[in-house]
Amino acid sequence: MNAWFHPLVLITFLPLFGLALLLLLDGRNERSLRWVALLTSLVTFGLAVWALLLDRQGALTELSLPWLRLGRLAVRFHLGADGISLLMVLLTTFLMPLALLSTWTAVQGERLKGFLALFLLLEVGMNGVFLALDLVLFYIFWEFTLVPMIFLIAIWGGERRIYAALKFFLYTMVGSVLLLVGILFVGLQVGSFDLPALIQNRATFAGAQTALFLAFGLAFAIKVPLWPLHSWLPDAHVEAPTAGSVILAGVLLKMGAYGFLRFNLPLFPQASQQLAPWMAGLAVVGILYGAGVAFAQKDWKKLVAYSSVSHLGFVMLGIFALTPQAVSGAVLQMVNHGLSTGALFLLVGMLYERRHTRELAAFGGLWKVLPVLSALALIVTLSSLAVPGLNGFVGEFNILAGAFNASALGNVWFAGLGTVGVILAAAYLLKMFEKVFLGPLVHEENRSLADLNIREVLTLLPIVVLVVAIGIYPQPIFDLISPAVERLLMLAAQP
Amino acid sequence: MSIQDLFVILPTLVVVVWALALLLVDAWIPKERKSLTAWLSAAGLALALGLALAQRGLSPLMAFQDMVVRDGFAVFLEIVFLSSGLVAIALAFDYLRRLRIEHGEYYPLLMISVAGMMLMAQANDLLIVFLALEMLSLPLYILTGIARPRLDSEEAALKYFLLGTFSSAFLLYGVALIFGATANTSLPGIVEAMAGVSATVPLFVAGATLLLVGFAFKVAAVPFHMWSPDVYQGAPSPVTGFMSVGVKAAGLAALLRVFLVAFPSLAAQLSPLVAALAVLSMVVGNLLAMAQTNMKRLLAYAGVASAGYLLMAFVPYGQGKMAGESVSAMLFYLVAYALTSFGAWAVVVALEQSEGRGLEIEEYAGLGFRYPWLAVPLVIFLLSYTGVPLTLGFWGKFYLFRVAVEGGYIGLALVGVLTSLFSAYYSLRVILRLYAVGTPQVQGQRWLTLLAVLLAILVVGLSFLPGPLLQAMGQAVLALP
Repeated sequence: MNAWFHPLVLITFLPLFGLALLLLLDGRNERSLRWVALLTSLVTFGLAVWALLLDRQGALTELSLPWLRLGRLAVRFHLGADGISLLMVLLTTFLMPLALLSTWTAVQGERLKGFLALFLLLEVGMNGVFLALDLVLFYIFWEFTLVPMIFLIAIWGGERRIYAALKFFLYTMVGSVLLLVGILFVGLQVGSFDLPALIQNRATFAGAQTALFLAFGLAFAIKVPLWPLHSWLPDAHVEAPTAGSVILAGVLLKMGAYGFLRFNLPLFPQASQQLAPWMAGLAVVGILYGAGVAFAQKDWKKLVAYSSVSHLGFVMLGIFALTPQAVSGAVLQMVNHGLSTGALFLLVGMLYERRHTRELAAFGGLWKVLPVLSALALIVTLSSLAVPGLNGFVGEFNILAGAFNASALGNVWFAGLGTVGVILAAAYLLKMFEKVFLGPLVHEENRSLADLNIREVLTLLPIVVLVVAIGIYPQPIFDLISPAVERLLMLAAQP
Repeated sequence: MSIQDLFVILPTLVVVVWALALLLVDAWIPKERKSLTAWLSAAGLALALGLALAQRGLSPLMAFQDMVVRDGFAVFLEIVFLSSGLVAIALAFDYLRRLRIEHGEYYPLLMISVAGMMLMAQANDLLIVFLALEMLSLPLYILTGIARPRLDSEEAALKYFLLGTFSSAFLLYGVALIFGATANTSLPGIVEAMAGVSATVPLFVAGATLLLVGFAFKVAAVPFHMWSPDVYQGAPSPVTGFMSVGVKAAGLAALLRVFLVAFPSLAAQLSPLVAALAVLSMVVGNLLAMAQTNMKRLLAYAGVASAGYLLMAFVPYGQGKMAGESVSAMLFYLVAYALTSFGAWAVVVALEQSEGRGLEIEEYAGLGFRYPWLAVPLVIFLLSYTGVPLTLGFWGKFYLFRVAVEGGYIGLALVGVLTSLFSAYYSLRVILRLYAVGTPQVQGQRWLTLLAVLLAILVVGLSFLPGPLLQAMGQAVLALP
């Protein structure tokens, strides 16, 4: 297949084509700008589905081209996808059009063009992160996602946007620079930056495993974010514009968890085994801490932001339980969190557009005025708190069940305390739902709020449909990811 | 002196002769038509650039009793210097007229400085190194003060002159000591003289150290950087832009050739010193850049930090095989730095108003919305300083760190990446400022915008396809005796 029309290349770089179109268009023609961006993201999603179908037929190939040589070291343009990557790309490309739809009225004016352009750039970076199989290429995409996100926060963010953008940038950079040194070290030891070659020759750097695990892990842990490295997240999430929060929570955080799966487990197996209890311990602290802090929030968006810390704790617990069931659950939970938290951020944004506040106390009794919005919100909330029959349950159940008998963790306390987190999630999420939607309608301003229009329903409905579908029949997703998960765990189990 | 001797220094010769002729011609060019001088000097540099390009890939040649050499390294740097000269003319073109400091001698002086830099890249003898250093510095002292009667410009010129001659004295004393130890000033001669000596001669080490100090002054490495922020701030911005690239590159050219050819045996003594200079420059340069409110000073400190990164890759120069890697990495970064730095200075020049207004970072507020064609390139340049991927600065730093890690200096590389965090901070602070509320003033922006956009395209484009640049790097080998 021609390299230019390789499906993975198309998925990664098609947004650039849309970007070029955007730049050619007149900045005042808002309608066509929006449509160009939306259609680009939809076509990219279509391409991702195409890649999925190809993969199911076993016809999806990798692409590996020489890119440049620095001295005796080559950097390759190596893209490839297994079940986990494909699922993440599907999640990214699925959330993208929805995020763009959500900005239809929220972002306007002469800066719209820049906003959409940055969004499409962001998509290039995110898809690249999930598809790159050369460490340097991965690093390039990884770092590159930062740039558009910074601008999205710093220009279209809330009141403390500059502070939040700086904090986000610096936190991520701290991790990234150590990742770069780790990559260089590993690459120079083996003489290649290609992931398969590195895995094959991982014995060459086995001596420095723990240090390398930490160098790579710090970057990923900050992104996830693993407690206690999470403090950038509430600021960034709260200050980012709605669409930015959706992508930040939905996709960018997953890049961290994905990094652990893709690089730390297969490259540093012994360190992964040894440090698993520590990582799981931090994950459990994160679950409980995130839930506790979320419960105390008065600002709706902050509550959702802290719930992310808690939910991503489950993901990390699942990954470092190192059993097929738990890791599969973790991967599924990555998708679940992207869907449900993404939807929660959309809901927050929709109400913010109507009321220009996010204080929980400013709402109450909205079900009477906004039945459609409230019903969708109920499903999303239930999904987020892992009610059986919805997607969240499948993920968290598998994580906890897998973690209970995980030999890597040694005892059941991790899973046991994690289960407490499920209860806490119910507490803060139900409190949130009760404060916003139930009870009497106390504020007069809320009486005249308009319910969702067609566009907003279209934004939320695909997520809600998926939430229910995965909850009832998650098997296709497990079929997709289990070969990849088993391969990774096999690699992580051998010394 | 034979024809071949002249052929070896042909591009340099063309620049010098052209500059001298232009000085004369300029006397007949009326005051209001000085742009003609600019065009003429650009034509001279372009001619020399064509000659230098034609000399690529030829086998190394010595001339003037082996005092001057033309090898891949020299030709590559000549191309860099000549391009820098052209960019410097583009930077100055509108600026001088706008600030009413259009003097005809500006352009010939610039050309003589370029010729000095070119000679520096070719020097194969310590005396030529010294001559070249003076030839490139003296015109710059004058150019720094060319904005007279502006006081800060004159002050900067005096400061630069005093500290510059001071550093020249260090260099000259080093040359004298080395001559004392080896009875030689020719680089291959020094190697020969020291070949039989197994113990280290204190005189020789002291001489080499003094040379290092002299070069460190020129590249503005900490603790010999004191002049740079003041001079950068006081000098007319186009001159500063030229200095930030040209002088640094010339200092590095001399450092690389002299140390790699003449002092490989001293690596054990000199490497720790270079490492110390590198660490100090990276830390101090980046830290102080964070505290600046003036754009010119910020870029000055960013330049100091860049010198640190460059020196970092030079530390393992004594490890035989690593020498070639060091040279390639440093030249690659130098090109990345040159494009980035010129781009940033182009934007600074576009924003500068008379009496030093328009230079505070505060005054950049709103540029992003009103002048996207200047602001977006500036964003790219600042990201390139930090080394964010998809800019050439990323590959540059990547390559430097690679050499440091491969040479076994992981600690040094760690200092490098951690100090990059500081640079991330100040870059982002400026970038965020661009998109705040404000009404920046921009004048005479046509040329500068074009230049900035062009350089930004290069910085991003070459990061996707650095192939041609890396290939050129492959030809830029030092001729070792």
